[in-house]
Amino acid sequence: MLEIRNLHAEVEDRKILNGLNLTVSAGEVAAIMGPNGSGKSTLSYVLSGKPGYTITDGEVLLNGESILDMPPDERAAKGVFLAFQYPMEVPGVATMTFLKTAMNAQRKHRGEPELTTPDFMKLVKAEADALFIKQEMLRRPVNVGFSGGEKKRNEILQMALLQPKLAILDETDSGLDIDALRIVSDGVNRLRRADRAFIVITHYQRLLNHIVPDSVHVMSKGRIVRSGGKELALELEANGYRDYQDAA
Amino acid sequence: MTDMTPIKTPAEQALSRAFGLAAPTLPGDAGVKSLREAAFGAFETAGLPHRRVEDWKYTDLRVLMREAKPLAAPPTADDIAAAKDAGAAFATAGARRLVLVNGSFVAELSELAGLEEGLTILPLARVLGEGHPLSSRLGSLAPQGNAAVDLNTAFMADGVVVHVAAGVKIERPLLIVSRHVGAATADVTRSLVVVEDDAALTLIESFEGPDGVDYQTNSALELSIGRNASVELIRHQAEGESALHLHTLMAEAGAHATLKGCTLTTGAAVSRQQAALALNGDHIVAALRGTTLLRGRQHGDTTLLVEHKGTHCESRELFRTVLDGTAHGVFQGKIIVAADAQKTDGRMASNALVLSDGAEMDNKPELEIYADDVQCGHGATVGALDEELLFYLEARGIPEAEAAALLIQSFVGEIIDQVENEAVRDALMAGVMRWLAQRAGTPQARG
Ligand SMILES: Nc1ncnc2c1ncn2[C@@H]1O[C@H](COP(=O)(O)OP(=O)(O)OP(=O)(O)O)[C@@H](O)[C@H]1O
Ligand SMILES: [Mg+2]
Repeated sequence: MLEIRNLHAEVEDRKILNGLNLTVSAGEVAAIMGPNGSGKSTLSYVLSGKPGYTITDGEVLLNGESILDMPPDERAAKGVFLAFQYPMEVPGVATMTFLKTAMNAQRKHRGEPELTTPDFMKLVKAEADALFIKQEMLRRPVNVGFSGGEKKRNEILQMALLQPKLAILDETDSGLDIDALRIVSDGVNRLRRADRAFIVITHYQRLLNHIVPDSVHVMSKGRIVRSGGKELALELEANGYRDYQDAA
Repeated sequence: MTDMTPIKTPAEQALSRAFGLAAPTLPGDAGVKSLREAAFGAFETAGLPHRRVEDWKYTDLRVLMREAKPLAAPPTADDIAAAKDAGAAFATAGARRLVLVNGSFVAELSELAGLEEGLTILPLARVLGEGHPLSSRLGSLAPQGNAAVDLNTAFMADGVVVHVAAGVKIERPLLIVSRHVGAATADVTRSLVVVEDDAALTLIESFEGPDGVDYQTNSALELSIGRNASVELIRHQAEGESALHLHTLMAEAGAHATLKGCTLTTGAAVSRQQAALALNGDHIVAALRGTTLLRGRQHGDTTLLVEHKGTHCESRELFRTVLDGTAHGVFQGKIIVAADAQKTDGRMASNALVLSDGAEMDNKPELEIYADDVQCGHGATVGALDEELLFYLEARGIPEAEAAALLIQSFVGEIIDQVENEAVRDALMAGVMRWLAQRAGTPQARG
């Protein structure tokens, strides 16, 4: 599904990613853990095509196709989805309008017909209910006045509606209370499928009790420095990152 | 006179000749005649305003108005036929349409039948010609020494005069369409709207004309709002892209009155909309809002003066400008709070969204406060589209151009959303969407 080979990336003349290798197979949930500033969010931005990052070496293949030259909207239409660590507030754009515009833009990209309004409403209502998102919130401008947890749930709602091939969740668990953590995790688990891959970036083993990963990767100084099974997360929880600070 | 007199520009010379020729035939009694002469005299002394005239610093008419077009003749049958669809953009608003073609009132395109009880509508030409009592109210709100107003007063011949009797609430909006057809002329219109105590009116003005004709519009509206009366005023300036457009709103409001204004500017090569609003009583609520979208080499100026004279009045002035290409936007706003206008709550803001490196915005909000117990504030911002926001939308699959359009739409939508009548709101939003579609159709240099 996703192959990252020897990826080097800079932002504002600072090298952040330093020869990162990672393979995630279809159906796999890969967790990435690592100290603050190790480059996890940078990786998620580079994968989704945020402007301002210079790729100095390496490649990223999604189902065998190189995506690094594609603009973000094209990557999204190919199935890349990023749940932001800090979701943006978009004043003046109603959440409903935003969701519909996004869904139809992706459909158009793929040559599919636009959704009718009743079909769209039905889809949104079902997914929003499952995530305990009130209809009233959907009429408000995107994320404006939403609490931290509501913003994260809104990200998962977008993911559920856009049905991506590769979903990257950047610290979706931060700022969630215990109930919200379960709601969000259930939302992710419902979307697990043989033809969909997840990269789950987190600092806490707790999330991985809910979303059980197939692989766990440790990132330090812009590289993956160790990979293992779900037990690796328990080890990190116990020992911290001190073994990896100099590994890169 | 002396060597202090500046050399007259060709436009100034042409205006003097035109006034000399037209004055004897312009309608009105002796009072109106002397009003004209005084106004033209003031204009001749000062000339066209230029950048050293504070109020016109950013809109140098000496440079921007190279020539004065000949005064428009009354429209021919062909002209009238060409204006049949005037105001079509507001068709769904169910408004009573009143049409001016090249500045002349055209009865056959206007709906004058079945007027509501207490509503009077007359062409200005008739009011002037008959010496109708309302003609004595003309000019009473005109500011001193304003070239656009002086020229308007000097040449005024036609327009729409509306009177709403005390206590009468007119449900159906009035739509005054100023339509230009044919060759480039100077179209002068003067309208007078008197809304008596406890009355209510919604008035829409639409300015439209063909692209590629450098006609000149000078339009002025005198609006008198009685005590406890309520007026909503909407204006869409969608002149042809080569036009020069000058518009002046002169308004006064009595105690407990409400005025809500919303303008949308998308047209003309050079435009200036100016408003002078006097809040003469206590407890008046006034909001002037507007949005201007310019591209190419368009120049658009919004200049406001709000005078708080009574106590406990609230005024809001909020303008949003979107600039693309090498367009130039201007906002000048001044709130004056008189010494005894205590408990005034006045706020003014101008926000500009600049979409290209070549576009330019000049913002000049000012407060002049002589009372001590007031709450007033102003602010001005100029910024580009937020890159982080654009990326958030693009990461969801929305192409960049569409994401930008969505953000622009929301920026100006917050102004237009304040319009009460839904069909009018939709018509204005459709004007914004047309602008966005035209922008998408022209190659852009993105900054
Ligand atoms: N635009 C930028 N300009 C300069 N430095 C940047 C920029 N963006 C990120 N960095 C730096 O790159 C490094 C990696 O940042 P990144 O946000 O990817 O870390 P992270 O692993 O996601 O950290 P956290 O766990 O705190 O979220 C940090 O040192 C950060 O300061
Ligand atoms: Mg991060």
